[in-house]
Amino acid sequence: MTRKRRRLWTVLLCALGIGTATALTLTAFQDNLVFFRSPSDIARETPPPDRAFRLGGLVETGSVAREMTPEGKPNARFRVTDGPHAVSVAYTGVLPDLFREGQGVVTLGKLGPDGVFRASEVLARHDESYMPPEVADALKKSGHWNPNQGAAPPAAGWNTLETGRKGGS
Amino acid sequence: MIPELGHFALALALALSIAQSFVGLLGARWADARLMGATGPLAASILIATGGAFACLIWSFVTNDTTVANVVMNSHSAKPLLYKVSGSWGSHEGSMVLWVLILALCGGAVAAFGQGLPSVLHARVQAVLALVGVGFLAFILATSNPFDRVWPPAPDGHGLNPILQDPGLAFHPPLLYLGYVGFAVTFAFAVAALLEGRVDAAWGRWVRPWALAAWSFLTLGIALGSWWAYYELGWGGYWFWDPVENASLLPWLAGCALLHSAVVVEKREALKTWTVFLALLAFGLSLLGTFLVRSGVLTSVHAFANDPARGVFILGLLGCYIGGGFALFAWRAAAMVPTGIFAPLSREGALVLNNLLLCSLAAVVLAGTLYPMFADLLLGEKISVGAPFFNTATLPLVVPLVLAMAVGPLLPWKRATLWPALLRLWWVALAGVGGYLGCLAIAGARFGPALGFAAACWLIAAAGADISDRLALFSRPRAAWARAKGLPRAAWGAAIAHAGLGVMILGLAGMGLATDRLVLLHPGESADLAGNTYTLRRIEDVNGANFTARQAIIEVSRQGQPRVVLAPQKRNFPLARMTTSEAAIHTTWLADLYAVLGEEREGGAVLRLHHNPLAPWIWLGAAIMALGSALSLSDRRMRISAPVRKLAKEAVRA
Repeated sequence: MTRKRRRLWTVLLCALGIGTATALTLTAFQDNLVFFRSPSDIARETPPPDRAFRLGGLVETGSVAREMTPEGKPNARFRVTDGPHAVSVAYTGVLPDLFREGQGVVTLGKLGPDGVFRASEVLARHDESYMPPEVADALKKSGHWNPNQGAAPPAAGWNTLETGRKGGS
Repeated sequence: MIPELGHFALALALALSIAQSFVGLLGARWADARLMGATGPLAASILIATGGAFACLIWSFVTNDTTVANVVMNSHSAKPLLYKVSGSWGSHEGSMVLWVLILALCGGAVAAFGQGLPSVLHARVQAVLALVGVGFLAFILATSNPFDRVWPPAPDGHGLNPILQDPGLAFHPPLLYLGYVGFAVTFAFAVAALLEGRVDAAWGRWVRPWALAAWSFLTLGIALGSWWAYYELGWGGYWFWDPVENASLLPWLAGCALLHSAVVVEKREALKTWTVFLALLAFGLSLLGTFLVRSGVLTSVHAFANDPARGVFILGLLGCYIGGGFALFAWRAAAMVPTGIFAPLSREGALVLNNLLLCSLAAVVLAGTLYPMFADLLLGEKISVGAPFFNTATLPLVVPLVLAMAVGPLLPWKRATLWPALLRLWWVALAGVGGYLGCLAIAGARFGPALGFAAACWLIAAAGADISDRLALFSRPRAAWARAKGLPRAAWGAAIAHAGLGVMILGLAGMGLATDRLVLLHPGESADLAGNTYTLRRIEDVNGANFTARQAIIEVSRQGQPRVVLAPQKRNFPLARMTTSEAAIHTTWLADLYAVLGEEREGGAVLRLHHNPLAPWIWLGAAIMALGSALSLSDRRMRISAPVRKLAKEAVRA
C-alpha cells in the first residue's frame, strides 16, 4: 500500500470515528437532555407531559405527608416552592437521609395531568449547608434570596413572602 | 513544629523540582553527562521532601493537632486510627499532597527502573515530571496549604464526613491517583520524545509498562469507587454517570487506547504520532478530571469545598501542560516517520479500530459531561445529562468494540484474512448465542440483558480461543503444556484482561435483571422478592464508636428455609449532625441480597429491598482486568534491561 493511500485511509477512519461520535451524541442529546425547571417556570409554561425534567426548590415547611399508594407502597407527598409558586410532588421510595422540610431538594420526574409532579428520584446532598446550585439560582431569580445578605431565609414562610424584591441588590 | 516542618518540606520540594526541570532540560540540550547524571539523585531528593511533608501531615492527623486548620476541619479525636490516617488525604488539601507524593514516587521509580534508559531521554523525562510537580506544588502552597495554623487551637476537630469513614474510601483515592499520576509518566515520555523528535520500538517498550501500570491502578481505583458507591450510598446502583465518575472514566478510556497502540509502536514501529498523541491525551484527561472535581464547576456527589481561586489555578495548569504539550506536538509531530506499513485488515488494523472506538467513546462521554457546563455558561440553561443519554450514546460504540475484541487477537501482524480467524471463532459465537438463549430461557423476554450475557460469553470464550489457538491445544494437544510454559506472560495477561471485561459485562448484564421492592413492614410482617421472603423481626437501637443507629433485623428465608439475617442501619452522627443509611448486603456468587432502611412510621419501617443478580462479578471483573495487566507487566520482555544485558554479553563474546 502506498503512503498516499495510507494517509487516505487514516483520514477516512478519523472522519468515520468523529462522525459516529457526533451523530450518536446529537441523537442521544435530542431525547435525553434533562432540563431544570423551578416551580415559577412551570407556572409560566406547562411542560410537555411525557418529558422528564428536574424540579428543584425548597421543601415547603409542613407540607410533607406520608401515606400509602393504592398498591400498598409507602409514598411521600410534599410541596416544592421557590417563593411565588409551589408544585406538589409525589414520590414512592425511600427519601434520602438529608431530606428535610425547609431545605433544598432536586427531584427528577414527570408532571402528571393533575398537576402533581411524579418524582422517580429525590436528591438531597451530602451536606446540610449545601444548596443545590440550580435551587440557589431559582431562589435568586424569584427575588427571595440575595446571597450577599447571608444564608437563604427559612422556607417556612416562603409562599407568604413578598415578591417585590425581584432583582433587588 | 512538625506542621512547619511539613510546610518547609513542601517548599523544599518545589525548589528541588524547579532545579530538576532546569538541570534535566539543559543537561539534555548540552549533552552534559554530569547534569544529566544529577537528575536521578534529584528525583530521589524530591521524593524524600514530599514524603517528609506527607509524613508530617499524617502525624498532625494522628496526634489530632488542633492548631492545624486542615485537621480541625476534617478530623476528630474520637475517630478510629485508620480514618485518622485516611482522613489526611480525605480533604482537598491533603489529597493534593498525596497527588504530588505519587508524582514524586513516579519520578523515583523512573530513576530506579530506568537504568537502561538513554541518559538524554531519562533527563528529559525527569525534567517534565518535575515541571508537572512545580505546578502542583505551587498550587498547594498558593491556594491550599494543608499546614495552615489556627490560633487559638480549637477544642476538637469537626470530624470527617461520616460517609467517608469507610475502609473502601481509605484506599480509593490513592489507587485512583496512582492511575491519574501514572499517566504523567507516559506524558513525560511523550514530551521527551517530541523534544528529541524520535519515537522507536525501544520508546514503545519503555512507555508500555507505565501505561499498563497506570491503567491497572486506575481500573482498581474506579472499581473500588463504584463498589463503595454501591454499598455505602445505598441507592442500589453501581454507576451513576456522575461527572466525577466520568472524569475518571475518560483517562481510563484514553489510557486503554494508549496501551494498545503502544504495542503497535513496540512491535511494528507504526502509529507513532498517534501513540504520542494518546499519551498527551490521557494525562490531559487526568488533569481535566482533577479540575472538574476540585473546581466545583459541575455538581456531583463529590462535594469538595468549592473555591473559585483553586478552579482558576487548576485551569491555568491544565492550559499550560496540555496547551504546551499539544503545541509541541503540532510543531514536532511531522518529524516522526512511520516505518512499519500494514494492511487495513491486520493485527495493527484491529488495534487501530480499538483506538478509534475507545476514543469515540471518550469523546461521547466528554461531550455529555461538559455539555451542562457550556449550556449554563453560553445559553444560561440549567441542563443535566443523565444515565439515559450515556446509555443510548455509548451502546452503539461498545457493541462493535466487543465484537472486534474477540477477532483482533487472532489476526496476524501486517496482513491478515478475516475468514480463517472467523472460522476459529465458531464455537465462541456458539457460546455467545448460548448465553443469549440461556438468559431468555431463565429471565423471560429481557433482550437488553440477554445481549449483555451474549457479549460476556463471547468475550470469555474468545479469550479461551485466543489462548488455545496459541497453544495449538486442539491440533497438537501433547505439546500444549510445553507451549503454555513458553508462552509470554503478556499473551496470558492480554487474554485474562479481555476475559475480565467479559466477567464485568456478565455482572452488568446480571444487574440489568435486578429487581427491587419498596415495602412498609411492621415487626412480624414479611414481603417476597425474587423467591426470597423477607420478614422484619424487630427494630432496635445500636451504639457505634461515634454514632448511634436504628437497626432493622430482617430474616430472609427461601421456601421456608432460613438463609440469612440482614441488619440495615440508619446511623446518626451527633458530631457531624448527619444521618446516613447503611445498607445490609448479603453477597453470594449468584446474587446480592440488599436491604436499605428508610423512615419509620407507626411502629413499622419503610424498607427498600433489592435483588441484584451477579452484582459482585462487576468488581471481580475489574480485579481480573487489573490482574491481567499485572501479569503482562511481569513479562520478561517488559524488563527493559534484560535484552540490553543479553545484547551486551553477545557483543563481548563477539
